[in-house]
Amino acid sequence: MATSSTHIVDHSSEIHWFLGKLNWASFPFLHDPIILATLLGSCLIGAAVVAAVTYYRLWGYLWNEWFTSIDHKKIGIMYMVLGTVMLVRGFADALMMRVHQALASAGYVGFLPPHHYDQIFTVHGVIMIFFVAMPFVTGFMNYVMPLQIGARDVAFPFLNNFSFWLTVSGAILIMLSLFVGEFAATGWLAYPPLSGLTFSPGVGMDYYLWSLNIAGIGTTLSGINLVVTLVKMRAPGMDWMKMPVFCWTTLCTNVLIIGTFPVLSATLALLTADRYLGTHFFTNDMGGSPMMYVNLIWIWGHPEVYILVLPIFGIFSEVVSTFTSKRLFGYTSMVYATCVIMILSYLVWLHHFFTMGAGADVNSFFGITTMIISIPTGAKLFNWLFTMYKGRIRYELPMMWTVAFMLTFTIGGLTGVLLAIPPADHVVHNSLFLIAHFHNVIIGGVVFGIFAGISYWWPKAFGFKMDPFWGKVSFWSWVVGFYFAFMPLYVLGLMGVTRRLSQFEDTIYAVYFVLALLGALMIGIGVLSFVVQIVVSILKREELKDETGDPWGGRTLEWSTTSPPPFYNFAFSPRVYELDTWDHMKKSGYEVPKSGFLPVHMPHYTSSGIIISGLLTVMGFALIWHIMWLAAITFLASVVWGIAHTFNYNRDYYVPADEVAAIEAKRLGSVPAE
Amino acid sequence: MASAHTTAVAPEGGYQFYVTEDPHHHDDGEHHHETGTMLGFWIYLMSDCLIFGILFAVYAVLGQSYAAGPSPADLFELDKIALSTAFLLISSITYGFAVINMHQDKQKTMVNWLLITGLFGLGFLVMEVLEFQHLWHLGAGPGASAFLSSFWFLVGTHGLHVTCGAIWLVILLVQVKMHGLTHENKRRIMCLSLFWHFLDLIWIGVFSFVYLTGVLL
Repeated sequence: MATSSTHIVDHSSEIHWFLGKLNWASFPFLHDPIILATLLGSCLIGAAVVAAVTYYRLWGYLWNEWFTSIDHKKIGIMYMVLGTVMLVRGFADALMMRVHQALASAGYVGFLPPHHYDQIFTVHGVIMIFFVAMPFVTGFMNYVMPLQIGARDVAFPFLNNFSFWLTVSGAILIMLSLFVGEFAATGWLAYPPLSGLTFSPGVGMDYYLWSLNIAGIGTTLSGINLVVTLVKMRAPGMDWMKMPVFCWTTLCTNVLIIGTFPVLSATLALLTADRYLGTHFFTNDMGGSPMMYVNLIWIWGHPEVYILVLPIFGIFSEVVSTFTSKRLFGYTSMVYATCVIMILSYLVWLHHFFTMGAGADVNSFFGITTMIISIPTGAKLFNWLFTMYKGRIRYELPMMWTVAFMLTFTIGGLTGVLLAIPPADHVVHNSLFLIAHFHNVIIGGVVFGIFAGISYWWPKAFGFKMDPFWGKVSFWSWVVGFYFAFMPLYVLGLMGVTRRLSQFEDTIYAVYFVLALLGALMIGIGVLSFVVQIVVSILKREELKDETGDPWGGRTLEWSTTSPPPFYNFAFSPRVYELDTWDHMKKSGYEVPKSGFLPVHMPHYTSSGIIISGLLTVMGFALIWHIMWLAAITFLASVVWGIAHTFNYNRDYYVPADEVAAIEAKRLGSVPAE
Repeated sequence: MASAHTTAVAPEGGYQFYVTEDPHHHDDGEHHHETGTMLGFWIYLMSDCLIFGILFAVYAVLGQSYAAGPSPADLFELDKIALSTAFLLISSITYGFAVINMHQDKQKTMVNWLLITGLFGLGFLVMEVLEFQHLWHLGAGPGASAFLSSFWFLVGTHGLHVTCGAIWLVILLVQVKMHGLTHENKRRIMCLSLFWHFLDLIWIGVFSFVYLTGVLL
């Protein structure tokens, strides 16, 4: 491991052969009351969940029906649960930052020591992007896309389960860093040399690296899986231009995932090597180039923004056309706009660091490509507006989120175009103006879209609608709270306040930070009401029940089956003649065959995904703490298990025709005969 | 009726909105998953190609940052590299022979060609390990300079892939012995074939871009 280089000074304690770097000092809750309280709270909630699951004897059910499931619908739902849990965690971090800055700007010291504050803004960013937005978006793509193309599952069902558990593995490591050791204090993209061994000798950066190394592989695999599903498994008759817009955005997003996540993996692997093997990719000395890291990470990082927002555009497209009862205006232009955004998103990465000093010509190129991206995005916005024009708009929850998105996202987009101008960017680079901008597009775009999607497809997944009252409470709290929380940040940014500050000398900023805190508290009510909404909806499920399978007057194939769909989705594959197939079927008078069922080909469930990911989680933990014997054992075990898995040739089975007939008989009772 | 929007004319006999015939009699039924695997594996290879792309790019940026240490001309022994290159290229040809025999269902000949492929692959790996050992003893480890970091990583990542391929080859031989040349095993052999040729292609890049160019400069 050790090399001849002399610059590396390991400030951490000695590495024990058995415990690695672990010792009593590794547990921050022993001396930090905030973390102690969090630990106690988490333990209480965790104990309650474990007790409840044990009391109701649900472990077997969870293991057999969910954790080992390779049904794309269940995996999709598990992604959403992961996203929700991590949203609460990420939001708690945000609230702590807002409270601290409000105090610090008003002349108090604030309650977070600087090193802790630095970890919080880092972990907030990492969690919100990788473990909130990504799981939600992947969850939607997993759940909805196969139903929309009339498929029975994804192309590689086992891989799908494995991808999910790899993502969970990364999330577990990040959550562990709260109680065992520390997290990176470098900012969410961990630029070297700050993230190198010299300036971040602790385990925090290693948590960052192994968490993302593991989760990143899962995302790449899931990208490959969904692209192959879209290419190979569309229902007969569904050619490319008859695919729902959400499927198009899913396709483009997954192409972006395949085209960028390997870059992330490679870049983080190189930084890992710098920290573990003493290489000099991104160091200041021995010929390394820290700026190369910044370039590489943003070659992933910018397309990542579109990976998040494209499926969300797809959700809004579905919602707008459903709730205006019209075909989407400009379907073709929507498809091309999506593809153009997909390509352009590779050509703009340098706008994240105009101040690097690449020169006027390079900056101009990237400034112009950035501005060009706003054209297809604008086209999309006009398409949604023209769809609504003269439509019979029903302002149900998904549509409310959509309108809020259109207003909010436009503001965020405009400040983005402002930042795309290199000279203007030099003034506000790394200021709170930037923070306000990207929260404006990510909350106003991605988060609003996630909520629109959840309330839109919830009835499909569970057979009952979500409670509208708490949904509206959540909606108004989020939307109003957003403006209170982030508009002051624009002002602060223009006043010159840079990001990631934990202390202030001038109290002139206090009023804006207090306003922002007020907004964050409102968003807090929004987050809580969302959780309450879920609980209330489940309690009132009889009242909110939807028997039809098509509660909104949907237009695409997922609404043609029951809610929730049978595990094989469609007893008979749909055949597609037109765009908005379900709408076409309803208008032309379709008839569900009541006999002649055929055996359905389905894959077996398998526990390999969760077991291999579990082993890799322990491996990650062992590597973070330099417990090399454990890392070696768990790595080998995961490889052996993976190989053993390939010796299982009994992957799939046929559901007998009479079993299908029995399920369908039950199902057809609840589909309205036309 | 939304006749204004209707683009398709209803087919003769009306719309058949559900596929009621047995899909297994069709080409597009059962074979979905099979063709899906090959496509998926191609896409995976392209994502792997990107990783190599990044490593090549990193080498292009850092390849001349010697940090007052040794340069390619001081380190590379082209004759040995030529030999190991030959090993790897020949192993690709022999894999090709194995695939030809697989298509003719000649299991025994195929297994023999795969064994030869594995031996050449092993030969390549031994040469590589020897080279790394040599460099390490010269004090030209991955930590000696940015040039050497990027060199070790590019060549090492390729070597790691060849190692995985070799292990995979052994597993496949066991599986062919257990189950014979089934449809599933043929598919796996084809995937490894893609993987093996892909690594050859990468190596040609490494050989010309790192070794040849390195010594010329």
